[in-house]
Amino acid sequence: MAKTAEQIRGDLLRPVFESGAGYWLGVGIAGSMVLAGVFAFSYQVYHGLGVWGLNWPVFWAFDITNFVFWIGISHAGTLISAILRLANAGWRRPVTRCAEAITVFALSIGAIIPICHLGRPWLFYWLVPYPNERHIWPNFRSPLLWDFFAILTYLTGSTIFLFLPIIPDAAAARDLTRGWRKKLYAVLSLGWQGNPKQWHRLESAMHIMAIAIIPVAVSVHTIVSWDFAMTPVPMWHSTIFGPYFVTGAIFSGVAALILAMAFLRKFLHLEEYLEPIHFDNLGKLLLTMSLLWFYFTFAERLTTWYGNDVSEMNVFWTSIRQNFAPLFWTMVVCNLIIPFPLLAIKKLRTITGTCIASATIVIGMWIERFLIIVPALEHKFLPYAWGTYRPTWVEDTLMVAGFGMMGLLYLLFSKLVPMISMWEMEAGVRKAPLVRRPAVRFEPGGATAKARVADPEPFATDVSR
Amino acid sequence: MKALYALYSDPDTAQRAVNALKSSGGSLGITERQIVVVTAEPFDGYDFSDEHSQTRIFTIASFAAILGAILGYWLTRFTQLSYPLPTGGMPIVTSWTNGIIIYEMTMLGAVVGAVITLLVTARLPHFGESLSDPAIWQGKILVGVADPPDRSRPELEKHFRLAGPAEIKSTS
Repeated sequence: MAKTAEQIRGDLLRPVFESGAGYWLGVGIAGSMVLAGVFAFSYQVYHGLGVWGLNWPVFWAFDITNFVFWIGISHAGTLISAILRLANAGWRRPVTRCAEAITVFALSIGAIIPICHLGRPWLFYWLVPYPNERHIWPNFRSPLLWDFFAILTYLTGSTIFLFLPIIPDAAAARDLTRGWRKKLYAVLSLGWQGNPKQWHRLESAMHIMAIAIIPVAVSVHTIVSWDFAMTPVPMWHSTIFGPYFVTGAIFSGVAALILAMAFLRKFLHLEEYLEPIHFDNLGKLLLTMSLLWFYFTFAERLTTWYGNDVSEMNVFWTSIRQNFAPLFWTMVVCNLIIPFPLLAIKKLRTITGTCIASATIVIGMWIERFLIIVPALEHKFLPYAWGTYRPTWVEDTLMVAGFGMMGLLYLLFSKLVPMISMWEMEAGVRKAPLVRRPAVRFEPGGATAKARVADPEPFATDVSR
Repeated sequence: MKALYALYSDPDTAQRAVNALKSSGGSLGITERQIVVVTAEPFDGYDFSDEHSQTRIFTIASFAAILGAILGYWLTRFTQLSYPLPTGGMPIVTSWTNGIIIYEMTMLGAVVGAVITLLVTARLPHFGESLSDPAIWQGKILVGVADPPDRSRPELEKHFRLAGPAEIKSTS
């Protein structure tokens, strides 16, 4: 039986106002991971970037792996949400906010990492293109500056895309709470009333945002791939990198979304809203992305192998047969061998099955990012330029802190707003009118009032919808 | 805010009430702008909702996108000409790479334009008094008249009741 508006609001607002021991345990664990990262970063600032394992010729490693990984994770959220909104897929309603929140948080974490990588991170604003007394102007030919603009646009768009549907829910919370919460939600709701004009403007703006955010999302990860593809490093200088990265990003992002949904379902008791069908649908998408990922990985490697360029084959063999082979084959197992049966066989595509597949994919995709970056940098064109890379505890800690920050931001966000859009759920429950009646015009004379009200069929022309 | 309003359980009844108020029009001493409808969700397909669907948000967002593109073009070209980097005989103004910045600025313009239009046309933020009732969050639909003339109040209440079962309230 369909739930009433009151029941939906009650169910979805309850996790915002009530917190169990499990929630605080989660906050404690995630907060500890973040604190460890703050310590490691402080240590790095005090002692300099030399505390990282970077050394000639590997000047990009864990940091850029994490950067690409988090930007990739950010992909699924807003992109999936926008596509489902434009397609008007009914099952999207409980999923969209979980997804959009992932984008904003993952993108924020990703954007912090290049700042950590700066020798003097407190001068990060030098990256911003503004007139300055140093006459240092950014070089618009540099892919790193393209990143700045792409991430700025995507972060701005995604934050707005997340915030807009929160406004009516914040208005509901404003009217249903007291004290400091009421004041907080009054600000968040921007004084939302809920008149038809506001609803139409909101929906129109959401529609435009959905149209605009899809090409932006694709461009962001394409530009991230160009950080590598524009560089003449073996196995980087590839035309396929744009779509390869975008595919991988959606792949890892959908996996992260499934994990986040399972977490919310379990700990916020949203079993009646995040149903097996949502995991099943996303599982099918994940299966498609897994096969697409395999296709791109195979195409990339096959072209390299067939070309048989000496410098590229050095990187090729080191990742498949030599030093990095254990990581490479772990990646293949995590991204294809384990997920494929779990997602392809209907009986296995349960909530548990999709979660296991998603967990392995998240691990596999992190390894994939690492394998794109480090083996290539270790084996550049001439053997005298070869080197090795080993991460230090500082890099390990910062990586762990990234995951902690994601968890912490997600947990804190779930205490601020309902993780499922209340008004969208209600709109989904209500059926649209079957007949359309012609509009009644405002009558300054007002002669027909009683007749209009009393007549049960005053709007005779029905137009089938 | 002084208002007289009714709370309806379903959109059909609310639509009848709105129609009645509109049809009565001037005889009740109210204008169309005084008729207020407040809901907890969008009611697409009903006239009380759809009559507000006309918007220029798409056009304005498109113009904002063009503005963003011009800004992007200006930023990249102005920078490269003002502070020319040694390029070894290659072009100072690089259209291919600048295109990426221009593209991102175009999309940013569209996004910002859409949001500003939303805020302006939906009159947000608005922290003054506005007609509302906590019952709308339980699924009720509020149909009311802001600042109704005192002489019309009995007639308005009658209209609200004739439309269907309603809880009638007033604010002063």
